[in-house]
Amino acid sequence: MTATDKEKKRWISLYVENDVGVLAKISGLFSGKSYNLLSLTVGETEDPTVSRMTISLVGDDKTFEQIKKQLNRSVEVIKVLDFTDLPIHKKEILFIKLHSLRKDETEEVFRSAAVFGITVSDYDKSSVILESVQTESENDEVLRYYKKYFSSRMEAVRGGSVAIESVSRSDR
Amino acid sequence: MKIKGTQLFVKALIEEGVDTLFAYPGGMAIDLFDALYGETSFRVVLPRHEQGLVHAADGYARATGKTGVCLVTSGPGATNLVTGIATANYDSVPLVCFTGQVPTHLIGNDAFQEVDIVGICRSICKYAVTVRRREDLGRIIKEAFYIARTGKPGPVLVDFPKDIQQALGSDEYPQEVSIRGYKPSTGVHMGQLKKAVGMLENAKRPLFLLGGGVNIAGANEAMTRLAEQLQVPVVTTIMGKGAIPTDHPLFIGNMGMHGNVASNTAVSECDLLVSIGTRFNDRITGKISEFAKNAKIVHIDIDAASISRNIVVDVPIVADAKEAIEKMAEIAVAPKHMGDWLERLQKCRAEKPVAMDGSGAMSPQDIILAVNECFQEAIVTTDVGQNQMWTAQFLQLKGKSKLITSGGLGTMGYGLPAAIGAKLGRPEMPVVCISGDGGFQMNEQELATAVCEELPVVICILNNSYLGNVRQWQEMFYGGKYSCTCLRKRRSCGAWCSNPNAECPPYLPDFVKLAESYGIEGIRVTAREQIRPALERARQTTDRPTLIEFIIERETNILPMVPGGNALSDMVTEYKKEGK
Repeated sequence: MTATDKEKKRWISLYVENDVGVLAKISGLFSGKSYNLLSLTVGETEDPTVSRMTISLVGDDKTFEQIKKQLNRSVEVIKVLDFTDLPIHKKEILFIKLHSLRKDETEEVFRSAAVFGITVSDYDKSSVILESVQTESENDEVLRYYKKYFSSRMEAVRGGSVAIESVSRSDR
Repeated sequence: MKIKGTQLFVKALIEEGVDTLFAYPGGMAIDLFDALYGETSFRVVLPRHEQGLVHAADGYARATGKTGVCLVTSGPGATNLVTGIATANYDSVPLVCFTGQVPTHLIGNDAFQEVDIVGICRSICKYAVTVRRREDLGRIIKEAFYIARTGKPGPVLVDFPKDIQQALGSDEYPQEVSIRGYKPSTGVHMGQLKKAVGMLENAKRPLFLLGGGVNIAGANEAMTRLAEQLQVPVVTTIMGKGAIPTDHPLFIGNMGMHGNVASNTAVSECDLLVSIGTRFNDRITGKISEFAKNAKIVHIDIDAASISRNIVVDVPIVADAKEAIEKMAEIAVAPKHMGDWLERLQKCRAEKPVAMDGSGAMSPQDIILAVNECFQEAIVTTDVGQNQMWTAQFLQLKGKSKLITSGGLGTMGYGLPAAIGAKLGRPEMPVVCISGDGGFQMNEQELATAVCEELPVVICILNNSYLGNVRQWQEMFYGGKYSCTCLRKRRSCGAWCSNPNAECPPYLPDFVKLAESYGIEGIRVTAREQIRPALERARQTTDRPTLIEFIIERETNILPMVPGGNALSDMVTEYKKEGK
């Protein structure tokens, strides 16, 4: 494999029209052309007529170039930004609900949450909800940790990353 | 002044200069048709099926260079457009398709004749949109026409709910368009162009490869001048055929799967390939790793996404073909070291022409050559399959002549309706439709449209009683097992057959009788000497179509052929059926 056909993880920030069907158009483009989409988040921006998507995917240089071109030629797409090699801030939200916990386990979860820098956002005698706003890979680690001990007593949901270009600090 | 949505629709078509509307009514379009009643600013044509309708609009657009406009109802009316929209999308044909839709408050309720046509068409058109507010209607129609015809042209779908049709609103139709996400590229990057020109000057074996983009841009004359100025040989794709006149000494031929030997050799041996307006489709390249292996490649295309997708190129230039060609002509210098490159290709072209076996009663070559002689200038449409390839191989294109064919999607049933649209758009030009017996039957109902609109199109059906192209593949690559390709096969034939003979059941339908049932002349031609008289007779008919059925040999193949996946240099030029 040469350097140019190496598959790696890429990030795109996409400005699109905030209209019905635009999400379907973009996701359909990925599925229709067999592009490998990892995550896609979308939400309104400071301008209510514009939505912004953060897309992560895995692909080689050639495929990635083609994806950017295909996105660019869509009438609904206003701007395509390639965040792959730029200093950016990106965060993802992850909720983990643990249940059927013994008292000592609950205490253990509180301690671990403090160490991992995640918030306990809700709890009762035997259940805890953890809220982790971190990078995707940090969330991977958090998830791996709790799965190790509570795999049959947990549910998790994560939101996919949102990203914005850095001002002074990079890669947060 | 307040007017209804339907009235603004009619006003918009007039302002856009529409002269022909292809329209089929239905429940969710009835208000629109009410507004069209008595309208004299443009012609409203009623085809007999929405698929025929959209192909006719497509043929009209390709023949005139204008935007084809369709109006159909919701549900099945809309879904019947799908194949035609995809056809137009693949070949970059500007269409604006209006579909009626159930009232906005019913959308999503599985109402009668409701389908999400915007969702269905999203991946096969340039843009699709539902009008959700009456105040957006004018802007959306304006944008639809703008998007369809600018940049790389393509079909746009406007879904038009019934309550929006009926709602009162402003009578203003905007003059200007501003779409922040759509800015078609203009101009040419001169730095890149100079690079290409420098490479041309120093190339030993340069070659122009021209695709449909040259024809769409109307760059034929500019391209011919450029080729002459540089004395660089030219090959074309099927969509690019006619980019320079086919009898021009610099024209080596069509290349690709059924191209001639000289053209495919030229591509394989050139050291500089300047390709304009083609997307390097698999039918063109053959085996990618062997394609133009010895060449640097310059690629000029209006669509950035077409560049370096299938073939990685050395000099990409995003530009309109005509603009790029004209700019190139200003600065280009003839290659200095071509040696006998051109003569070698011309010699190869002469020594290895595409030629069919002439020993039988009549070959497809005889028919197309007779069309060439009979119609000095004509618009020729084809269906898809062998009829299309033979036409691409033997048709002469010069002057105002044009070939209209479904190149990208390969849509059977395209030929007849496209001919109808072409004749409506260019009544002064003779229009000939070359079809096969299979494809013709996919839209034969459009004979009624041709008769009702008094269109003297010349319909040539090459009848081999087979779905001939697939049969050819079955013969060459699938052991001669003619699975579901014989159109004479009946239940009584029993087991699968691979050997047509005189005992086969008669063909259905009888095309001559079919023609007669539409009140037009049907002529059956079975021998070479009957071809010209039949074509002459059709040419002299001026108020209705003529149908000519040519009974050709059943198992005739298109050759040469680059089998799928082979390199262009690896062509089959001769083939004999086992046991023959």
